Amino acid sequence: MSALTDKSGPFTHAPTSVPKIMNTVLLALAPATLFDLYLFGWPALFLFALSIGSCVAAEALCLYIGKRPYQPTLSDGSAVLTGWLLGMSLPPWAPWWVPVLGAVFAIPLAKHVFGGLGQNVFNPAMVARVALLVSFPVQMTLFITPHPIFAAGSPGFAEALGITFGKGTLDTMSAASALGYVKTELSRGIPVPESIRHLPDLLDVGLGIKPGSMGETSVLLILLGGLFLMARRIISWHIPVAVIATLFVFGTVFNAADPARYAPGLFHVLSGATMLGAFFIATDYVTSPVSKQGQLVFGFGIGALTWAIRTYAGYPEGMAFAVLLMNALTPIIDQQFRPRMFGRTRKGEPLPLKGEQ
Amino acid sequence: MKLFPVRGGVHPEYRKDRTSEAAIVALPLPTALYLPLQQHIGAPAEPVVAVGDRVLKGQVLAHAGGAVSAPTHAPTSGVIEAITDVAAPHPSGLAQRTIVLLADGKEEWAELPAAIADPFTAEPEALRRRVAESGIVGLGGATFPSAIKLGLGTQKKIHTLLLNGAECEPYLTCDDRVMREYAAEVVDGARIMARILGAPKVVVGIESNKPAAITAMTEAAKACDNVEIAAVPVQYPMGSERHLTQAITGLETPARKLTADLGVVVHNVGTARAVHHAVRFGRPLLARVVTVSGGAIAKPGNLEVPLGTLVSELVEFCGGLTEPPRRIVNGGPMMGQPLPGLNVPVVKGTCGILALTAAECDEQPPGPCIRCGTCVTICPCGLVPVEMASYIRKDNLEAAAKTGVMDCVSCGSCSYICPSHIPLVHYFNYAKGAINAADREKRKQDTTKALVEAHTIRVEKALAAKKAAAAAAAAAKKAAAEKAAAEAAAAEPTADKQANP
Repeated sequence: MSALTDKSGPFTHAPTSVPKIMNTVLLALAPATLFDLYLFGWPALFLFALSIGSCVAAEALCLYIGKRPYQPTLSDGSAVLTGWLLGMSLPPWAPWWVPVLGAVFAIPLAKHVFGGLGQNVFNPAMVARVALLVSFPVQMTLFITPHPIFAAGSPGFAEALGITFGKGTLDTMSAASALGYVKTELSRGIPVPESIRHLPDLLDVGLGIKPGSMGETSVLLILLGGLFLMARRIISWHIPVAVIATLFVFGTVFNAADPARYAPGLFHVLSGATMLGAFFIATDYVTSPVSKQGQLVFGFGIGALTWAIRTYAGYPEGMAFAVLLMNALTPIIDQQFRPRMFGRTRKGEPLPLKGEQ
Repeated sequence: MKLFPVRGGVHPEYRKDRTSEAAIVALPLPTALYLPLQQHIGAPAEPVVAVGDRVLKGQVLAHAGGAVSAPTHAPTSGVIEAITDVAAPHPSGLAQRTIVLLADGKEEWAELPAAIADPFTAEPEALRRRVAESGIVGLGGATFPSAIKLGLGTQKKIHTLLLNGAECEPYLTCDDRVMREYAAEVVDGARIMARILGAPKVVVGIESNKPAAITAMTEAAKACDNVEIAAVPVQYPMGSERHLTQAITGLETPARKLTADLGVVVHNVGTARAVHHAVRFGRPLLARVVTVSGGAIAKPGNLEVPLGTLVSELVEFCGGLTEPPRRIVNGGPMMGQPLPGLNVPVVKGTCGILALTAAECDEQPPGPCIRCGTCVTICPCGLVPVEMASYIRKDNLEAAAKTGVMDCVSCGSCSYICPSHIPLVHYFNYAKGAINAADREKRKQDTTKALVEAHTIRVEKALAAKKAAAAAAAAAKKAAAEKAAAEAAAAEPTADKQANP
């Protein structure tokens, strides 16, 4: 008899796999997503399904063109996750071509051109969101106030089909997101405390009863999902804590210096895509640094850039831009921030023996 | 006892419960024993017996073949059947020089070296020589000749002998059983080793998942005030020499140095027991405890096996195979070597024989790396496996070496944890082999170059010397000729005068 000797050990394996990780992330996103779908009703559901569907279809097409096997890649859940995150970063009542075009940006251009899973430099969902936002600023910032499904005044199934596939959102229904409102008001010379007073209070913002992209609402459920991922050790605390802490510190310090000009730290943390970005976007394995030290630097960069873009740039929300900018720095961060090797100094020299040196 | 944190590591499923309660059973004497001349790190042993010789139990069959080597003894009495090439317990399945001993079943002992009645008054060097003569090597699997490690005390100040009872590999329970059943022998052996090293203190590191072993060892160590038992956390690879040293002493061994440079020498608990036998009874290393386990083994257990027994006999004794195993592993599942078959002998370094089913191995085709960074987090050596592997895939061994592949201890944690099932350690072992081979090649070339240069210089020197000699000879000749001429000239007038008076 003969047994295999074709590889080195170990001859046992941890019960992990890429699909298991992806599915856990999807599970963590599920409560917030379900709540969002409830809040924004049928159009959001269509949009969400379209987003996932077109991402998976785009993945299949790329595999076909690249003559790669479908089964392992399609079943790893990565395209579903990209579509899911893309869907959550869109205004819930956007027309059908927005997620479809987004899938084209996300899968072939941001992922397969670089070599497929694990090879992409930039977060595919964020590439899609930024490309859409820059190309179609109107459709991408047309937010609505929550219209819970089955509630009075919310669109029914047929009406929702019209919203997603037909004429689009009625202008009368539109509302600004909190960050957008504060920015617009500031540009009209209205100080931050004044405009914040007109927004839903922070509790409502936290619960998600406010206008915004799907993933920008329900901060609490996103946070719970993120904590679940930490408990399951899919992500570590380094990136989310660095992002949120940086944003909070920058917000608080500048707010203390000039409350009329700068929004407070807690407002920054609870509004916009902070939670989704910190726990689910910035922690994307492929596009974030591999070492813990690097992850702290990466998270700090995202927090600082997000704050700067929100505060000084033309766009009300900066998370997606900040993530992409830091994605570009990931290879350099990986080079510069690595663990100290056992028995060696940070520079890689053997540790000196006592009495030597 | 105060312990120190160790970086990284994993918590594999231990599956030790299959054999941890199985007391050590002596394997019945097999009819033939296959004793490779190379059962240790270093030079192979040199046979001192001839085919047809009758040998007695404990008799030397082969002497140590060099400064780093170990002798081999007859595990039982019998006749030397052959000294020939037999398949080695190695993944390649290649043959190596082996003494084949046919047992006669009489178990007749040879005259053994005298027992050393009181080792604690004996000369350390005499004790060390006894260990060397007894063929004892590191029984944890490293098989480095123990006497050499015990000689470190003469070169360096050793403050602690660390006895490694961590046994962090899954499945294996041989050290656990030895500590539970022979605690007094282990402690005595350890104290003898400490005496040889001049170490004032012995610490036994045992992973806390072996409470019975900890109790037994604590009990056995009670009478000695310099032996301490430390329950170390369950964290693979705690049994790695450097990591155990760090956990217990807090000292981090510098790269390319030995733990002995920090005053710590680490030995396995099984080795300590062998030292006890060698010193107290003059008995050389003839047998060892082997864990036979794995899902394909009918009745897993711990066996005391004469060295040279074929693995197939162990498996048969354990009820045979219940299904064809996916892998047969020599050692633990994390760092053990795959074996091509069962017809290879148990050697001094065989701590376990595992017949693993496909389900236990959980092998899947490797997928693309998703850069999850878990391998970076868990690497106990502080390396970045994902990066090294990508360099090695492109055969950029120089970059791999620069990022520390030679510091990798091949513990297997990264391969174990990788969600994409990438065989990272396989890459690193390949790179280490290739880099070592290139180094050897370079050293060889350097030596050749140095020799050629020396030769050229020698030839030139010889030539120059010859030239100089020739020149000197010519000069001498010339001088002589001149002198002669001068003499002749001086003489001539006289002659003239004489001729023409």
